Amino acid sequence: MSAWFIALLQALLCVALAPLLVGWVRRVKARLQNRRGAPLLQPYADLHKLMIKETRVAHTASPLFRVAPYIVFVAIWLACATVPLIALDLPTAGIADIIVLVGLLALGRFFLALAGMDVGTAFGGMGASREMLISALAEPALLMAVFTLAMTAHSTSLVGVMEHHLTDGFLLRPSYLFAFGALVLVALAECGRIPVDNPSTHLELTMVHEAMLLEYTGRHLALMEWAAWIKLLLYGVLIVNVFLPWGIATVFTPAALALGLIAVVVKLALLGAALALGETLMAKMRLFRVPGFLNLALLLGLLGLLSHVILEVGA
Amino acid sequence: MSRFDWLSDFLSRLGEFGANVRDDERLAPARRLILDPASWEPAARAAAAIGLRHAGVWADPLDTPADPARNSTEPRLRVMACLEHGGDYLILETEVPLSRPHLASQASHFPGIGRLERHAHDLTGVIWTDQPDGRRWTRHQAWPEDRFPLRADFPVSCEDTGRAPADAEYPFAPIQGSGIHEIPVGPVHAGIIEPGHFRFQAMGEEVLRLEERLGYVHRGVEKLAVGRDPAGLARLAGRVSGDSTVAHAWAACQAMERATGCEAPPRALALRALLAERERIANHLGDIGAICNDVGFAFAHVQCARLREQWQRRSRELFGHRLLMDVVIPGGVAQDLSVGGFHNLRLDHAALRQAIDPIFDIVEDLPSLDDRLLTTGILSQADARELGCTGYVGKASGLAFDVRQDSPYPPYDRLRVEVPVQTEGDVAARVRVRLGEVRGSLWMLDRLLDDLPTGEIATPLPPPEAGAMGLGLIDGWRGEILSFVRFDDTGRIARYFPRDPSWFTWPALERLILGNIVPDFPVCNKSVNGSYAGHDL
Repeated sequence: MSAWFIALLQALLCVALAPLLVGWVRRVKARLQNRRGAPLLQPYADLHKLMIKETRVAHTASPLFRVAPYIVFVAIWLACATVPLIALDLPTAGIADIIVLVGLLALGRFFLALAGMDVGTAFGGMGASREMLISALAEPALLMAVFTLAMTAHSTSLVGVMEHHLTDGFLLRPSYLFAFGALVLVALAECGRIPVDNPSTHLELTMVHEAMLLEYTGRHLALMEWAAWIKLLLYGVLIVNVFLPWGIATVFTPAALALGLIAVVVKLALLGAALALGETLMAKMRLFRVPGFLNLALLLGLLGLLSHVILEVGA
Repeated sequence: MSRFDWLSDFLSRLGEFGANVRDDERLAPARRLILDPASWEPAARAAAAIGLRHAGVWADPLDTPADPARNSTEPRLRVMACLEHGGDYLILETEVPLSRPHLASQASHFPGIGRLERHAHDLTGVIWTDQPDGRRWTRHQAWPEDRFPLRADFPVSCEDTGRAPADAEYPFAPIQGSGIHEIPVGPVHAGIIEPGHFRFQAMGEEVLRLEERLGYVHRGVEKLAVGRDPAGLARLAGRVSGDSTVAHAWAACQAMERATGCEAPPRALALRALLAERERIANHLGDIGAICNDVGFAFAHVQCARLREQWQRRSRELFGHRLLMDVVIPGGVAQDLSVGGFHNLRLDHAALRQAIDPIFDIVEDLPSLDDRLLTTGILSQADARELGCTGYVGKASGLAFDVRQDSPYPPYDRLRVEVPVQTEGDVAARVRVRLGEVRGSLWMLDRLLDDLPTGEIATPLPPPEAGAMGLGLIDGWRGEILSFVRFDDTGRIARYFPRDPSWFTWPALERLILGNIVPDFPVCNKSVNGSYAGHDL
């Protein structure tokens, strides 16, 4: 099988699996609250519903408002495609490394925030300003965590990092633990999960991510929602495959690929359940505590770098 | 403490202002003072000086030919105000000619009644001189500025039955400065809640000023009451605010019973208290969960919703309505409690007591909830007192007033009422008051069942004397509900005014939000949970 074919397959798989992960998290959350909850496949039905609904655009909207959903969706999708999901050594990894990944996410966020402000409602602007506050603090923390991994593997390519980790065997490195902590905190903030943002709130004044989408309808809204779900999947895959890469296919045989798929689904299911548990046990933070939360992430990233330099270099 | 020991002090102060006072017959349980219009504002000044609480003001146009207008054939406008201190109520009353309905405002001494005065103006045309805020309030666009719905010449069906245009050009108070932005919210919200408009002026995320604009659910309750029979009024009162249907219906029935000298049977009174405490528990459970949900803690919300749902299903099974609508009727109650229902209630109470313990522990102790609720939305005791807040809002700010305890009406005169008082005044304190009230009401429910009197559940309401007036004072779950009823000379309702406690807690929200951040508004609002419908009437 051609490597490019696998890469394409993997990119499509990201898009296809993202709603399932969200449905799973919601389902587990409902169970933890003694509720039956919506069916596992409900997010697909929601997307379908939004796709066939009429798309209305505010009369004050500029063309930017109309193109933003496509740009955001493509940027996040591309970012997700660069993360090895079921197989290593894909040609996409050679084109895009971790820094490109962070850049693509930033591109998506930039257009999301612009679109939020475009219509000129108070809520969109409020959401955009909050999103920028959060991302301005999350991005450096993400880069710190990523650099820790890159220094260990002597490569900024995700594949390099994972291969290094696979060949090294299971070594409990302090730097990895710190980077793991930082990445989890950043993921919570970037994906708008509790305790930073509440994805299921109906209160306009408390929203961050949802506030920017308030003016969107129909397929525009579907793309924006989908992009957010892909982002959740991206961070999930990043966490499970970088820190626990075992199971991922290193050769392109059907059996290895199937094993890789099963492995990543199981790992994501466990991670999603952990996320649901955390969200059940915690209330959302006050907005002005978020900088402290992300400073902790940055600190963990820095400690990861330091511990790598002090404890692991030359060891 | 003897009752009304402050009244002589009040009267002597009134005398100093040269006020002309007539201590008239009682309007049970209140004393009634009839003043000349010139003494209206001095009376408020004297009342504020000795620390009375203003419990509301309303106007009553005496302009129908049937009205027994005293000493005069000229149509008049009667204005009444209610004051309270230590559980003793005092009614102030004055009359002005309808053609020159000018009266000095009391709002500069009691800021909490400003909107009640504006409401009275919009509906009856009383013109307040020296009102600190002369803007319209209840009137949006449904009737013109020079028409007043509560006057006799205004038809019940409304003059213009077409679609009223949306409210526009309401002069919000402007605020200027660099970096200050305005956030208009509502009246249509993203969730399924009642309509109300909030205008924030914020610096970044910090709220510098909040102005409420209510009146979107004005249904003309006061006008709809005119000409009803007592049973019809009780039904209407039950719809003033759906979540307080028992309390409002009880207040209206109590007013009618006092006006006609009717004594409801003991069993009916005990059952009314049972219903009222059931209503309190159901609403508090809902609120506790909703407050947690507003800070992203859905677990408590789901658990409380479940308990509330079970509670309300039992209400429907035993009394025929989830919210207990139309169970309280003039002279008693409409539904008796069967022996089977009695035992089911016993089991329910025990089950609920067991179920709330772990949930309330979580709500009280979870660190991430504490982080959001403690020190959020603080209402100082001074502000609460100045505005006249009652119920959980007052109790959370150190005001222990509860009608059931301070001015007990039967059957609460035979029951021990524990009032949970907190002093912090923040959202967490308002949650703790609710937790305490749920526990207290559960205890009371069992005491009510312990000695539930036997006998009749209703007695017919005797025909009222022409012009008979009555005052109902009930502690609903939101706080003190005041209900004023006046009959005409055919035994039908001439004037009904229900004053929901929300009249005073809505202004409190405007104060307690100051200095908080915009995303904390929903939880502050939910912790106050003013009634839109009960306020808009």
